Amino acid sequence: MAEQQTSGYTPKDFKSDQEVRWCPGCGDHAVLNAVQKALPELGIPKEKFAFISGIGCSSRFPYYMDTYGFHGIHGRAAAIASGVKTANPELSVWDITGDGDALAIGGNHFIHAIRRNIDINIILFNNEIYGLTKGQYSPTSEKGLVTKTSPFGTVEEPFSVGELVIGAKGKFFARTVDSNVSLSTQIYTEAARHKGTSVVEVLQNCVIFNDGIHDGVTGKEVREDRTIILRHGEPMIFGKNNDKGLILQGLKLKVVSLGENGITEKKLLVHDAREPNPGIQYMLANMRYPEYPVALGVIRSVEGHTYDADVEEQISRISQDSKIKCMDDLLHSGSVWVVD
Amino acid sequence: MAKNSQVIQREEVVIRFSGDSGDGMQLTGTLFSDTAALFGNDLSTFPDYPAEIRAPQGTVGGVSGFQVHLGHSEINTPGDFADVLVAMNPAAIKANAKWVKPGGTIIYDKDNFTDKNLEKAGYKSDPIAEEKLENYNIIAAPVSSMVKEALKNFGLDPKSVLRTKNMFALGMVYWLFDRKLKYTEQYFDKKFSKKPEIAEANKVALRSGYYYAETIEALNPVIKIAPAQIAKGTYRNISGNTATAWGLMAAAEKAGLKLFIGSYPITPATGILEELAARKDLGVKSFQAEDEIAGICTALGASFAGRLAVTSTSGPGLALKSEAIGLAVMAELPIVIVNVQRGGPSTGLPTKTEQADLFQALYGRNGECPVVVLAASTPADCFDYAFEAARIALEHMTPVILLTDGYLANGSEPWKIPAMKDLPVIKPPFADNKEIPFMPYKRDCETLARSWAIPGTPGLEHRIGGLEKTLKGTVSYIPENHEMMVNFRADKVARVSSKIPELKVLGDHEGDLLLVGWGGTKGYLMTAVRELQQEGYKTGLAAFNYLNPMPMNVSDVFRRFKKIVVAELNLGQFADYLKMKYQEFSYSRINKVQGLPFTIQEIKDKCIKLLEEK
Repeated sequence: MAEQQTSGYTPKDFKSDQEVRWCPGCGDHAVLNAVQKALPELGIPKEKFAFISGIGCSSRFPYYMDTYGFHGIHGRAAAIASGVKTANPELSVWDITGDGDALAIGGNHFIHAIRRNIDINIILFNNEIYGLTKGQYSPTSEKGLVTKTSPFGTVEEPFSVGELVIGAKGKFFARTVDSNVSLSTQIYTEAARHKGTSVVEVLQNCVIFNDGIHDGVTGKEVREDRTIILRHGEPMIFGKNNDKGLILQGLKLKVVSLGENGITEKKLLVHDAREPNPGIQYMLANMRYPEYPVALGVIRSVEGHTYDADVEEQISRISQDSKIKCMDDLLHSGSVWVVD
Repeated sequence: MAKNSQVIQREEVVIRFSGDSGDGMQLTGTLFSDTAALFGNDLSTFPDYPAEIRAPQGTVGGVSGFQVHLGHSEINTPGDFADVLVAMNPAAIKANAKWVKPGGTIIYDKDNFTDKNLEKAGYKSDPIAEEKLENYNIIAAPVSSMVKEALKNFGLDPKSVLRTKNMFALGMVYWLFDRKLKYTEQYFDKKFSKKPEIAEANKVALRSGYYYAETIEALNPVIKIAPAQIAKGTYRNISGNTATAWGLMAAAEKAGLKLFIGSYPITPATGILEELAARKDLGVKSFQAEDEIAGICTALGASFAGRLAVTSTSGPGLALKSEAIGLAVMAELPIVIVNVQRGGPSTGLPTKTEQADLFQALYGRNGECPVVVLAASTPADCFDYAFEAARIALEHMTPVILLTDGYLANGSEPWKIPAMKDLPVIKPPFADNKEIPFMPYKRDCETLARSWAIPGTPGLEHRIGGLEKTLKGTVSYIPENHEMMVNFRADKVARVSSKIPELKVLGDHEGDLLLVGWGGTKGYLMTAVRELQQEGYKTGLAAFNYLNPMPMNVSDVFRRFKKIVVAELNLGQFADYLKMKYQEFSYSRINKVQGLPFTIQEIKDKCIKLLEEK
C-alpha cells in the first residue's frame, strides 16, 4: 500500500453527501464517526479506500463514506471484499457487517476470509438482534431471549465472535463499544495497520429492537467495573479505582483485588496480543460478566502471511520463470502441428 | 515396422475405448486422438464416464468410455456407432455392444472374462453369444497375461504391471490403423521422467500390443485414413474447457486487463478453474472459493476493482449464484458466468451432457433481471464465445452467461490456432477524471452502458450496490425512477443485438425444412443436414450462439423455410422461447434427455418424417 506520512485529511473529507438514515440514537452513528476519525490517521490516499458491506442496518455504512463503496447482498461482504483485495492489494478494504450478516447467512465467508488471512478489515456491529427485519433473534442473541421469532425465548446457544475468529485461525481480534469513540478510533487504526484479516467486534446498541442490551456491561455507571481495556504490554487492571486485575490460576483466569491476599500489580497478567498461541487470548475474548469483566481493546494481533500478498508473490515468481509471456506463446505451447 | 498386411483407405472411422473407470480409458483415448491429430486427421472426441471416481469394479455402472471419430474429411461429431470397440472387461461389452456397427471389430481382454466378472456384468455364459456378436470381428486377446509376460523382468509389482494393460490395447489399435508410436512414447518419457522404469514399461506394453496385433493379423486389411484436407496453419487439439479458459485469457489481454476467476470445483466445469489456476505466468488470479456463492462474489469484487472477472460452474452452481448475478445486473458490473451444463435437475447426471439450463440462464433470478446469454457450439469455438462473452460484458457493462455443456467441455477437436493480433481490441467504457462529480449510472447514449470507475482513481469515489439508485448513485425508492432504471437495464441488454453477427444458415438457404438448434448439438445437426441434402432434401441449419439478445435477422431466416424443427437436449426450452419471441412461426420439436448427445440417425429419421408429412 502506498502510504503517505500525513494524509492531511480530516474526518469531514470522508463524509459523503448522503443523508444518514439510521434511527436517531442508533449506535451506528458513533461507529461512523470513529471510522471517519481513524482514516485520516492512516496516511492512505482517499481513493484507495473501498468499503464493502452486506445487508442489514450496518451495511448501509458505505453510502455515508466518501470513498469507493459497494453495498452487496446478504452475508456476502467478506467474499466480495476478498475479491476486491485479492484483485488489487493496493486498496485498503473494509468489510462492514453485522451479527446476522457475518455469522448467520455469511458465516461461511466470514470464517474462510479469516482462515485465508486476506488483508481486509472487518467491522462487525454486534447488537444481538436483527434490526432491519424488525426484531428477530440473531446468532449472538443470549439463550432465552424473547423476540418476534422466539416468543417463548430462544433455545439456541449464541456464538461468541472472538471464539469463532480464533477458531478460524484468526490473527487479529479486537472488541470495542460503539459509544467509546476514542477507543474505537484507536482500534480501527490498529486494525487497518495490521496485515491480514482484522476483526473488530463492536458492542453496538439497537435503540429500537434491543435497546440497552449491552448496558449491563457498558453503561456509564458500571462500565469501569465490568469491562477491562487490554493494551499490549500492560498489566490487566480494571475497576473504577483501578483496584482489580486478572491473574492466571491453574488453567483459568481469575479476578483479583489489588492489595488483598498479597496481590500486587506485579502479580497480574501482562497482556500479550502478539503471542501466536491463542490460549490466554481465547480466554480473554470469552470473558463474560458477572464472572469476569468483558475484554475491550486489541485482544489478539499476530503477524502472518496474507493471502493477497502470497498470490502476488506467486504470480511474480512464476511469471519470471515461465517461457510463456503472452497469449501467443501459450497458444503455440505443447503439441502443435503445421498444415502446409 | 514393416507391414505385410493389405492396407485399405477409409474416409472415417470411429473407435471406442472402454473399461473400468480405473483402467485408464480416458488417457488411452486422448493419446490415440493426439496421435491422429498430429498425423493430420480431423477428429472429434467424446469421453463418457461415470460420476464415481472408482465405481464398483467390473460393473456396468463403472464403465468409462472414450470415443474418437477421425477422418480424411471434416469431422463434426464423435460419431454415432463405433467401428472398433476396445473392451477391457465384460461390463464394457454389456454397456457398449449396442453402440458397435454391425460387423465391427471388438477387441477384448479375455483374461478379464472370468466367471466373477461375467456375473458382475450380468452375463450367464459367453457375452459374444449372448449379445449375438458372432458375426463381428472378435479379437479375444490375453491382454493381462501378455503384459505380465512382457514385463516379467522389470521387477515391478503386479499392480503396476497390470496398469499397463491399456497401453497394450492402445498398441493393438495403433497397428489396426497404421499409426506411429512415437508421440505416445514421447509422452511417457515426459510424464515419467523421474520414473524411467515406468516409462519403459509402458513403452514395452505399447509395442507388445502393436506386435501382437501384427502377429495375429488382427484386422486384414489394415485401415488407413489419410490426413484431412484442412486449411493451412498451425493446429493443436483443444477441449472445450481449455478453449473456454484460453478465450477468457485472450479477452483479458485484448482488453489490457488482468483476469480474475473466483470459482468452486464442480463437474464438468472444474477444468476451466484448473486451467486458469495454472496460468500464473500470464498473471491470472484464481480464487478457489469456499462455495459457489463466494465464487461469484469474489469475482464481482474483482470486477468492482477493475479486473476482467469470471466465475465458472455447472447447473446446481448457477442456481446458487443467482442472487449475486442479480447484484451484478443491479450494480451493472461486467462479469462472465460460464455454465457447463450437465444432466439435471439437482445433482442429476453430473458427468453427462444436457441443455436444460437455458431457462435458468435466461430467467432464473428475482426481479426484472436481464443478462446476455451466449452458447458455444464446438469444443474449439468455446474459445471464440468465451472471448465474445468477455467482450460483451466489458463493453456493455453487463453480466454475460456463457453456456457450454459436458460434451463440449470434455470433447476435443483439432483447432487452427488464431493469431492474437487478429482478434478485436476490447474497449471497456472506463470513466476518466473529467467526469467529476462522477455519476455511476450515467449512460453511454448508444449502448446505454454506464462508465466504469476503478477504485484507486482519484476523484471518482462513488457507491454502488443492490438497492435501486438514481443516475447519481443515490438510493431511491421513487416509483418512476425504478421503472426508468428497469427499462434502462433491459434496453441495455437488448441493444447488444446491434453488436453481434447475423444468424447464418448452413446448407440450403431456403427450402422445405429448417433444422434449428443451439449450443453443443451443432456438429450433429450439421452432419444430419448435410446427409439430408445429399439425399435430395432441401434443408438448412440455423445453429444459434446468441440466445439473449437474439440476432436481428431471425424472422428473415425462418420465413424462408416451409417447416421449422427445433432439436435440443431438453424438453423443448428453446422451442418455447422461440414461440414466445417469434409467434408467427410454428415449431416442431426433436427432444432427448438421456444425458447423451443426439445421434445423427435419430435427427435424420425425425426430419425425414416431417419432410414427408403433408
